Amino acid sequence: MKNRKFILLFALLLSLGIVLAACGGGSDEEETTDSTNSGDDAATEEGSSDYSIAMVTDQGGVDDKSFNQSAWEGMQAWGEEHGLSKGNGFNYAQSGSKADFMPNITRLVRDEYSLIFGTGFLLQEDIQKAAEQFSDTKFALVDAIVEAPNAVSVTFKEHEGSFLAGVAAASKTTTNKLGFVGGIDSPLINKFEAGFIAGAKSVNSEIEVDVQYAETFDDPSKGKLIASNMYSNDIDIIFHASGGTGNGVFNQAKDIKQNDPEREIWVIGVDRDQHEDGEINDQNVTLTSMIKRVDVAVQEVANMLANDQFPGGEILEFGIEEEGIAIAETNTEAMTEEIVNTVNEWQEKILNGEIEVPKTREELETFESSL
Amino acid sequence: MVEYVIEMLNIRKEFPGIVANDNITVQLKKGEIHALLGENGAGKSTLMNVLFGLYQPEQGEIRVKGKKVNITNPNIANELGIGMVHQHFMLVEPFTVTQNIVLGSEPTKKSGVIDIDRARKNIKEISDRYGLKVDPDAKISDISVGMQQRVEILKTLYRGAEVLIFDEPTAVLTPQEINELMDIMRSLVKEGKSIILITHKLKEIMEVCDSCTVIRKGKGIGTVDTFNTNVNELASLMVGREVNFNTVKTESHPKETVLKIENLVVKDSRKVDLVKGLNLEIHAGEIVGIAGVDGNGQSELIEAITGLTKSVSGKIELNNKNIMNKSPRKVTESGIGHIPQDRHRFGLVLDYSIGENMVLQTYYKKPYSKAKVLNYKEILNKAEKLIQEYDVRTPSVHTPARALSGGNQQKAIIGREVDRSPDLLIAAQPTRGLDVGAIEFIHKKLIEERDKGKAILLVSFELDEIINVSDRIAVMFDGKIVAEVKPEETNEQELGLLMAGSKVKAGESNVTE
Amino acid sequence: MSQNKLFTVLVPIISVFLGLLAGAIIMLVSGFNPIEGYTALWNGAFGDSYTLGETIRRSTPYILTGLSIAFAFRTGLFNIGAEGQVIVGWLAAVWVGLAIDAPMYIHLPLAIIAAGIAGALWAFIPGILKAKLGVHEVIVTIMMNYIALFVTNDIIRNVLTDRQTTTEAIPASASLASDWLQSITLYSRVHYGILIALFAAVIMWFIIQRTTIGYELKSVGYNEHASRYAGMNVSKNIVLSMVIAGTFAGLAGAMEGLGTYGTISVMSGFPNMGFDGIAVALLGANTALGVVLAAFLFGALKEGAGEMPTGAGVPTELVDIIIALIIFFVASSYIIRWILLRFKKEGK
Repeated sequence: MKNRKFILLFALLLSLGIVLAACGGGSDEEETTDSTNSGDDAATEEGSSDYSIAMVTDQGGVDDKSFNQSAWEGMQAWGEEHGLSKGNGFNYAQSGSKADFMPNITRLVRDEYSLIFGTGFLLQEDIQKAAEQFSDTKFALVDAIVEAPNAVSVTFKEHEGSFLAGVAAASKTTTNKLGFVGGIDSPLINKFEAGFIAGAKSVNSEIEVDVQYAETFDDPSKGKLIASNMYSNDIDIIFHASGGTGNGVFNQAKDIKQNDPEREIWVIGVDRDQHEDGEINDQNVTLTSMIKRVDVAVQEVANMLANDQFPGGEILEFGIEEEGIAIAETNTEAMTEEIVNTVNEWQEKILNGEIEVPKTREELETFESSL
Repeated sequence: MVEYVIEMLNIRKEFPGIVANDNITVQLKKGEIHALLGENGAGKSTLMNVLFGLYQPEQGEIRVKGKKVNITNPNIANELGIGMVHQHFMLVEPFTVTQNIVLGSEPTKKSGVIDIDRARKNIKEISDRYGLKVDPDAKISDISVGMQQRVEILKTLYRGAEVLIFDEPTAVLTPQEINELMDIMRSLVKEGKSIILITHKLKEIMEVCDSCTVIRKGKGIGTVDTFNTNVNELASLMVGREVNFNTVKTESHPKETVLKIENLVVKDSRKVDLVKGLNLEIHAGEIVGIAGVDGNGQSELIEAITGLTKSVSGKIELNNKNIMNKSPRKVTESGIGHIPQDRHRFGLVLDYSIGENMVLQTYYKKPYSKAKVLNYKEILNKAEKLIQEYDVRTPSVHTPARALSGGNQQKAIIGREVDRSPDLLIAAQPTRGLDVGAIEFIHKKLIEERDKGKAILLVSFELDEIINVSDRIAVMFDGKIVAEVKPEETNEQELGLLMAGSKVKAGESNVTE
Repeated sequence: MSQNKLFTVLVPIISVFLGLLAGAIIMLVSGFNPIEGYTALWNGAFGDSYTLGETIRRSTPYILTGLSIAFAFRTGLFNIGAEGQVIVGWLAAVWVGLAIDAPMYIHLPLAIIAAGIAGALWAFIPGILKAKLGVHEVIVTIMMNYIALFVTNDIIRNVLTDRQTTTEAIPASASLASDWLQSITLYSRVHYGILIALFAAVIMWFIIQRTTIGYELKSVGYNEHASRYAGMNVSKNIVLSMVIAGTFAGLAGAMEGLGTYGTISVMSGFPNMGFDGIAVALLGANTALGVVLAAFLFGALKEGAGEMPTGAGVPTELVDIIIALIIFFVASSYIIRWILLRFKKEGK
């Protein structure tokens, strides 16, 4: 009895294999037209652009609801503008671990993309190395500095945006306790931290900010745990600068809101406007978001390339002035006019140079003592 | 016309390379105890596994009560009323007797909950009927080996077995337990059950069986009625040659003291004293047998001598040098050989080849290795030599020790230990579970060593082995040597009493047959 | 005998085939072309000298972590701690690489040895706890992984750098990277570490099969009681086995630190080389040659998988599922062996 069943199963598997092989042969033809040699196709078929662009994500992936996604959105928008489609003029390669960065970059180089973005400071070494190795390809690195004539560094004045987020939080809080959840403790994320604390204390020097690092950009469960601790310690607003980890912060806030709709707790999003991530029933826990327009930067750099003005070797810095940094006002219920006005006041002060927003913990110390 | 409950006709079972059963016929009458006799590896267990549905025969047929049946798995065997009492018990230790018995066929109430009370009552009833005296609520881990075996018997009865197969049931029992088992078997057949007893112990067959089928090297030699035969005939049928039962040995000539133990105290892992101030001396050229019921400190004594267990106090000297609490390697090197009681646990690394096992204590010495690199040529040479010399039957030196039969494993161990030519050879239950041929061989080897002037310490629960082989018998009870007797001046009854702690001395005994 | 040999060749081949088949079904069901997908997988792993180089590079640490786990297994120990041993080995290698100034013939060996020692030390702790106190090595090694991860992160941040996430690159005198190897593989990151890994496999084979040390270690693994009876020091062997296993894993760290990256970065999670090493060891049946082959299979699958999203449009998540299926079928070769045996019986 048993034996027969197994033979049957085996035969079934084998026949399936044959069917599969046949199917594979059939569908092959259709697909070859649209997915092979994307680089060449883009160059030959699409007259509107001789350029193709691609990006290598860090571990977060293009759906991290954060800057990888933002960069990808920018790329899609740029592609649409130029009549391109995914795999055909623009594409991305997702990295599961640090070990994948270099193979992904090399793969895209060999697929003859003209400009390759690395999103995230984690790719710094690899983009640097690739830029040196493949001098014919253009590179752009978001969030860190790369030094090569065929590469451009795209950085943001996150501290300025974070400062304004701090101002908004300080104006909103009722407990005078704020939380900051960072991804990896690093100079970049320290910029967010320093700016946020400076902003909050500028409004009210009594405010306490609890700073925690998840040490990862892609672990929502850690974010949730930290958020849970913070919210139960009377903290009512958390600013996260932690990529995918921040999804956990949102989830925790929404869980609390689900059980107790009356409780006043908020999350400040990062990189993109995370308004939709904060929706729970008819409420929204997203107070505001420190928007880092990676999409704007990506499009801008891509356009520069298209206009043969690629700023190789330069560092492009996007701040409030360059419209690379902004504060979201989508949640009008929470971001009252009063708060918006206060934020605008401080924004003015930054723009006219009245205050210099600190970028590091040391600078923050001097800043605080000057208050 | 005789009514047979089970007939196995012309059964043939092959395994790759060997024919395990070649045209064997066994016919079991209702209400009889039928022995299946054969040396280790003769094919008894294979035959019974065929009956129990674990193997399918290539040829032959099985009939139950005259009807031809096809037993493809043990469940079918159970349904046909065939139950097996395995040599290695299949019991869940932390469970109670009742829980173990109902395991797999739990009686349930209407709600689906296990009806343990009904089961307990049922078990109690069966137990009383056959005089098993099993406490249904005792935990398996708390009851003796003999009791555990009865639980196995109960298990088959509970499932409605009419025919019970006992696979080497006495191998693990003490003499008293064996007697009790015999009584149980008798009462089982009185109640209409039929029994197949797999064994190689001739005495048991003569005592309890009605008829006996002999198997030799896979072939059925024939069936005899026990009242028509005797031990010697059975033995020669089984082995295929004349067997000498009375171990031949000359008188011993003890010389200087080799092992001297004084006031030895050993605790077990639970910090309970198990050896309680023991004194013992063994001289060169004599075999000292330790008689005693299992659990009176024999194992701990051996472990203390060989360094496997730390002693608490006292003195152990080998050739006037202290060896107490030395590491096992130091003890081995100072001249002790040890045939351990549990050859699977201690004696062999079963996953190593038989060749590798032959150098288990000497692998680090020349010529087997040099500068930590093994010399396989030398190792295999040595192994080949020992295999020849000690008649270890193995396909090759590369065969894993696991694949050998118990007798051949034991011969390999004995070869290894004796070959190192230790001043003191400790043999713990050296013939346990072995057939007469192997037993004869091992006894001969022990006596040979004695005649070479070595000291031998023999520990055994088989009294006839102690009496036959020893030159001096020390009776161990409750962690002490309570008496020393000469084998020619004592008998099993006297020893049995001494082992039970009665304060009789040799010569004062007036126990009658 | 010849039948057995046929089996040992046939079973893995059928396993891989079944794995590919299952992956193909998944792709087909999700609307992707399996042939294109597998072409991309093949090209991604062996398409040209670059991918070949990257495949070798990726396999290098797998060989070493696989050896580490296989070695411990042979002594009956389960070294879950390869992960942590890799991390401390990586740290030690880079640290020595950065801190010392010496010619290559001193500097490079020193950095490699440091990695081995660090891994050995990290494994020594669970080893000694197991031998002396009977604490189960699985628990201790898991904890040691976390200690390694966070301590290393802290050292990178506060000792090796000034609150940066990545150290400077090690000087050429401590690097395993080779311009020559890179130039013949179109600038892949393949490095001389592969030689060390293969050499380690030979060492493992030699220790296990040819020395009294291996004889004792295996004996303890098979039967602790008989080993004690035979005079072997069981505690010593447990510690020794862990230390040797740790050395292998530590060397895997050196491969990354001195070969692939030349730096060490703050890690947000485990690099997973140690955990993958468990699968590699099991696939390779805990033998040296088996581990090397299994490591290459792992390396090729992981490397080739990267090509599937860009080459054939198969989403990353699906690629992970397909790779997992292939590994699953290879690992469950037991089932295939069993079915084959059944077939044979039927045929009779």
